Amino acid sequence: MENTIQTIPQNWYLLLSAFLFCIGVMGVLMRRNAIIILMCIELMLNSVNLLLVSFSAYKGNSDGQVFVFFIMVVAAAEVAVGLALLMSIYRNVASTDINVLNKLKW
Amino acid sequence: MTENILQDTALITPALLVPLLPLIGFIINGLAGKRLPKSITGWIASLAVLGSFICSVSIFNALDATNSINIDLFNWITFGNTSIAFGLQVDSLTTTMLLVVSGIGFLIHLYSIGYMHDDEGFTRFFTYLNLFIFFMLILIMGNNYLMMFIGWEGVGLCSYLLIGFWFKNDAYNDAAKKAFVMNRIGDLGFLLGMFFMLFHFGTLDFDGVANAAAGLDSNHILIVTITLLLFVGAMGKSAQIPLYTWLPDAMAGPTPVSALIHAATMVTAGIYMVVRSNVLFALAPHTLDVVLITGVATSVFAAVIGLMQNDIKKVLAYSTVSQLGLMFAALGLGAFSSGMFHVVTHAFFKALLFLGSGSVIHALHGEQDIRKMGGLGKYIKITYFTFLIGSLAISGIPPFAGFFSKDEILAKAFEQNPLVWGILSISAMMTAFYMFRLVYLTFNGNFRGTEETKKHIHESPAIMTTPLVILAILSIVGGFMGLPAVLGFTHRFAAYLSHVTDASKEFLPHAHHLSHATEYALIATAIIAAIAAILYARNQYVSKGNLPVSDEQALPVLQKAIVNKFYVDELYDKLFVKPIQVLSELFLVLVDKLIIDLLVNATAWFVGLTGRTIRLIQTGNTGFYIFAMVSGMIILLVIRLFI
Repeated sequence: MENTIQTIPQNWYLLLSAFLFCIGVMGVLMRRNAIIILMCIELMLNSVNLLLVSFSAYKGNSDGQVFVFFIMVVAAAEVAVGLALLMSIYRNVASTDINVLNKLKW
Repeated sequence: MTENILQDTALITPALLVPLLPLIGFIINGLAGKRLPKSITGWIASLAVLGSFICSVSIFNALDATNSINIDLFNWITFGNTSIAFGLQVDSLTTTMLLVVSGIGFLIHLYSIGYMHDDEGFTRFFTYLNLFIFFMLILIMGNNYLMMFIGWEGVGLCSYLLIGFWFKNDAYNDAAKKAFVMNRIGDLGFLLGMFFMLFHFGTLDFDGVANAAAGLDSNHILIVTITLLLFVGAMGKSAQIPLYTWLPDAMAGPTPVSALIHAATMVTAGIYMVVRSNVLFALAPHTLDVVLITGVATSVFAAVIGLMQNDIKKVLAYSTVSQLGLMFAALGLGAFSSGMFHVVTHAFFKALLFLGSGSVIHALHGEQDIRKMGGLGKYIKITYFTFLIGSLAISGIPPFAGFFSKDEILAKAFEQNPLVWGILSISAMMTAFYMFRLVYLTFNGNFRGTEETKKHIHESPAIMTTPLVILAILSIVGGFMGLPAVLGFTHRFAAYLSHVTDASKEFLPHAHHLSHATEYALIATAIIAAIAAILYARNQYVSKGNLPVSDEQALPVLQKAIVNKFYVDELYDKLFVKPIQVLSELFLVLVDKLIIDLLVNATAWFVGLTGRTIRLIQTGNTGFYIFAMVSGMIILLVIRLFI
C-alpha cells in the first residue's frame, strides 16, 4: 500500500489537496444551495484527509491515518445533523436557498 | 507581678458553664421561642441565668482570693510572634462582677416575667436579655483585652436592641441609635488603645500588658496615651462627660433593661476595665488626673440636672450618671477597690430603684411623669418601702449600703484633695435631695392623676415584688462587707480584691492616712449633709407642698437651663450632628450624584453605543457570514506565513 502511494511524488498530493480544498471553499462561498454547501464542506474535509494519509505514508507514521478515521466519524455525524436541519428547514420554507434564511439578524 | 495560677480542673467546668448557660438560653429562645408557650420562654431565660449564678457562687466558695483560674480554650489569632488566645480567667475581681451580674441579672429576669407579661415581644425580650448576660459575662471573664472587647461590643449591641425594643416608636429608635453611635466613639478609643498595646507590647493579655508596662517609667508617653484611649472607651460605655447624653435617652427601653443594663451592669464595664488595668493607670498619673476631673465633673453636672427632672426614670438616669462619676472619681484617686465597692452597692440599690420605678409605672399603666403621681405610698406599700430603702441607700444614710461605699470614696478624696471632697460632698447632698424629692412627689401627698387611673392603681404581682424585697435586703446589708477600718472592722471587700488591686500599689503615691478624729468628722459631716438635704426636700415638697412647674410655665434663666439639661443635646446637635448632615448632603450632590453617578452612567452609555453599532454586522445573510469567516482565516494564514 505504501509503495503504491509512493509511486506518485508527494508534491502532487499536496497540489491535489490544495486544489480540492480551494474548490470546496469557492463552492461554500459562491453557491446558495445549502445542500451543495454541505457537500463542499465535505470536500474540504476530505482534501485534508488525503493530505494526512499521504504524509502518513511518506513518513511511515500511522498517526495521520488514525486521525483520518476520527475526521470521517465526525464528518458523518456532522452530515447527519446538517441534513436533518436542512430537512426541517425545507419543510418550513420549501427552499434550501441560504439567502431565504435571513430572519435571525439584529 | 507573679501570678500564682492554680489549674484547678474542678473549677473549669463551672467557669465554662457561667457564660455558656445564658448562651444556651439565648439559642433555645432565639430559635424555638416562637413555638414555645410564653410562660416557658421566660423561665428558660431566668433559669439559665440562675444556673450561671449558682456556678458563680460555687466558684466564689471554692476559689481562694489570691488564686486565679486561667482557661485558654484555643489559640484564636496568631501572627508573627504574637498569639491571642480565646481564653477566660477567673480571679477575685471577676468573681465579684460575676456574682453581681448573674445575681442581679437573675432577679431582673424574674421581675421581667411579671413586667413584660402582656408585651407582644415577650420572647424576643428574654432572648435579648440572655444574649446580654452572655456578652457581659464574656466581658468580665476574658483574659485579654480582645476578649473583653468582644463582650464590650456585644453588650453595646444588646443595649441598642433593648433600648429600641419598642421599635414602632421612632423616638425610641433614635434613642437606640444615639446610644449606639456614642458608644462607638468610645469604642474607637478602646480599639486604638489595643492597637498601641499590640504594637508596643506585642500582647493583649492583661498580665502581659501589665508586666510590659511595669518596665516603663511613670507617666511614660506610651502609657499615658494607652490609658487615655482606654478611658475614652470607658467614657462612652460608662456615660461620662462628654459622652454621657445617651444614657438618659436610653430610658426609652423597658424598665428592667434600664435596671439591668443602664444602671447595674453594662455601664459599670468602664469601671471594671479601669480596675482590670489598674497597673497601667497607676503608671500614668496624668491619666488618673483626667479620670478624676472627668468623674468629679460628671458627678456634679448630672446631679444638678437630676434636681429638676420630672420623669421618674430620667431622675434615676441622671442619678446613675452622677454615681458613675463618683466611681470614676474614686478610680482617679487611685482607690480602685473603693470604686469597685461602690459599683457593687450601687448595683444593688440602683437596680432596686429602677425596678421600683417600674413597679410604679406598672401600677399607673405607663405614666412616668412624677407631677401626675403622688400619694402612691398608700396603695403600693411594698414598692414604697423598698423604694424608700433604695433612696436611703443612695443618699448615704447609715447603715444602708450606699453609706459605706460613698463614705469610703469621700474619705479617700479628703486624704488627697479636700477640694475634690468638697465637690463630691455637694454632689452627694444633691443626690439625697433629688432622690427624696422623687420619693415625696411619688409616694406622699395626694394623687394628682385622673380618677380613672386612680381606680386601677394596684400593687405588682409577687414575681415583681420578690426581687424588690431581695434587692432591698441587699441594699441594707450590702455595705457590711466593707465596714470602714476606722470603726475597728476589717474591710473584707478590699481584702478580697487586694490580690488584683495590690499590683498597682507600688506605683501609686503614698497618701498620708487620716487621723481617726478626722475620719469621724468626715462621716458625721456626710450624714448631717445627707439628712439636711432630705429635710430640705421634705420641707419643699411635703410641708410646703410645692410641685414642679408644668412645661409651659416660664422659669428663671438658670432653672430653665437645668430643666433643659443645659442644652447639651442641642449643643451637640449644632456642633456635630448638623455639620455632619450638611457635609453628607454636600457629598451627596458633589460626589455621589456628580462623580459616581456620572462614571456609572457614562460606562453604561458607552457599552450601549458600541453594542448598537456593532450589532449591525449581524445582517442575517449566511453567505456574508461564510465570506467573513473565510477571509478571516485567510488573513490569519497570511499573517502566519508572511509577517
